[in-house]
Amino acid sequence: MATQHSRSAARLMMAPAVVLLLGWMLVPLTMTLYFSFKKYLPMRGDSLANGLDWVGFANYTRFLTSSSFWPSVYATLVIVGGVLVITVILGIFLALLLDQPMWGQGIVRILVIAPFFVMPTVSGLVWKNMFMDPVNGFFAHVWRSVGAQPIEWLSQASLPSLILIVSWQWLPFATLILLTAFQSLDQEQLEAAEMDGARWPQRFVFIVLPHLSRAITVVLLIQTIFLLSIFAEIFVTTQGAFGTKTLTYLIFQRVLESQNVGLGSAGGVYAIILANIVAIFLMRIVGKNLDA
Amino acid sequence: MARAVTNRQKTINSLAAWAVGLLIFFPILWIFVMSFKAEGDAIKAPLEVLAAPWTLENYGVVQERSDYSRHFVNSVILAFGSTLLGLLVAVPAAWAMAFVPSKRTKDILLWMLSTKMLPAVGVLYPIYLLFIQLGLLDSRAGLVVVLMLINLPIIVWMLYTYFKEIPGEILEAARMDGATLHEEILYVLTPMAIPGMASTVLLNVILAWNEAFWTLNLTAAKAAPLTAFIASYSSPEGLFYAKLSAASTMAIAPILIMGWFSQKQLVRGLTFGAVK
Repeated sequence: MATQHSRSAARLMMAPAVVLLLGWMLVPLTMTLYFSFKKYLPMRGDSLANGLDWVGFANYTRFLTSSSFWPSVYATLVIVGGVLVITVILGIFLALLLDQPMWGQGIVRILVIAPFFVMPTVSGLVWKNMFMDPVNGFFAHVWRSVGAQPIEWLSQASLPSLILIVSWQWLPFATLILLTAFQSLDQEQLEAAEMDGARWPQRFVFIVLPHLSRAITVVLLIQTIFLLSIFAEIFVTTQGAFGTKTLTYLIFQRVLESQNVGLGSAGGVYAIILANIVAIFLMRIVGKNLDA
Repeated sequence: MARAVTNRQKTINSLAAWAVGLLIFFPILWIFVMSFKAEGDAIKAPLEVLAAPWTLENYGVVQERSDYSRHFVNSVILAFGSTLLGLLVAVPAAWAMAFVPSKRTKDILLWMLSTKMLPAVGVLYPIYLLFIQLGLLDSRAGLVVVLMLINLPIIVWMLYTYFKEIPGEILEAARMDGATLHEEILYVLTPMAIPGMASTVLLNVILAWNEAFWTLNLTAAKAAPLTAFIASYSSPEGLFYAKLSAASTMAIAPILIMGWFSQKQLVRGLTFGAVK
């Protein structure tokens, strides 16, 4: 149906978007790759104009062997894993609950999804100061009112605190997607199973969960990609102290705070590889759906 | 009998759902309440805070002292500017992909989405360096472009899915009735595309408004939007709960309202059609 003429017109229409994204991807990526093989400490006089020393894979090995690398892997895994587990499990229950007939369903939905629209710096600071502050925070008041010693959340329980903050932001996303999946569940299939004598837990495990599996996978993949790069929440709360220095935050500090660009770029390359591994799985699912 | 049981069930559902909903919403509600209290009252125990007199003074103080309105204007310019610029680039692309698909359309679309997965921190220094070289550091123009680029894949994707839903037969019918290409686009396609484009704008304004990696790292004083302005409260002096609350309320209120209208688009835009 499409003529040769309309094909070339189409190519022309796509060109700006393709060229821009290609540039956005290739230019900085090439630079990061280049810096990662160089000694580049701008504050000690290294500059592009004077030429940078080639150091081979030294930055890559130094990034992996530095004392902050494994703690940052641990912090990243705990935060990403913790948030994923909490948001998916609570998300399933919340979606199940919101899918039931009730009064004021629309309003409840609005209440539940609201945290997703709160900007990260606001949620970070509000949780840090107004809820988790060990003297004046909401939790401190509650703890004292039952005669308990208030917890210094962000120093004594830094990782759980961050998990709580980030989960609060991402629970709406998981809930909304799982709710969408629930609504496409075949009710007749459930009724048939019920008539055949399947009890509620059996119906949930054998019909509902398999139906949700795809949505759960998508939630896991998309959230992993976004959670691997959370930044503002840490920036305004602990600044990477108390064991909350994630891989992203570590690279940020290497690059901008201590200005060891070569080392930070090597870390950046690791981060890009890691994100791509997750992205491949996600893209496969998206691609399958595009055919349908 | 059956009806009575469902009504009872419905009451239980409603109570449970409302309880959970209010619990999740509580921090936002609390920000809102605190923003109307005097600083001295805001650090008291929760019940005393509630009982304390209400005041509007925090909003005035925030407005005066920290130049709130300038940051608000920056946020508006960055969010809408990047979205509209993105729309300008994305509409033709999505249009071509939806109406003149080729063998490679799917690959291009997937590749575009994959650029969205690039971790920002991996390219932080190159962008920072380019911004310095081009004199774009702490400028709104530079940030509009960056925010446009990070959201472009989502804009293209959403527009593509909306355009895809416009049936080709309608275009053919218009052509048979003698419509010129110009009329076809103006009177047939545009009216059908507007709802989808509006939804796309809505979601992307929200995403750009809340973006907090590039806005924190590439701005200082001049171009800083609300995300960076609020972050300046992380090292406060003296009492500041009420002021933080007032500033936060003003920063999130417009987006909360827009967000409530965009629930459906959220699923569509952020799952790339993987969940229907």
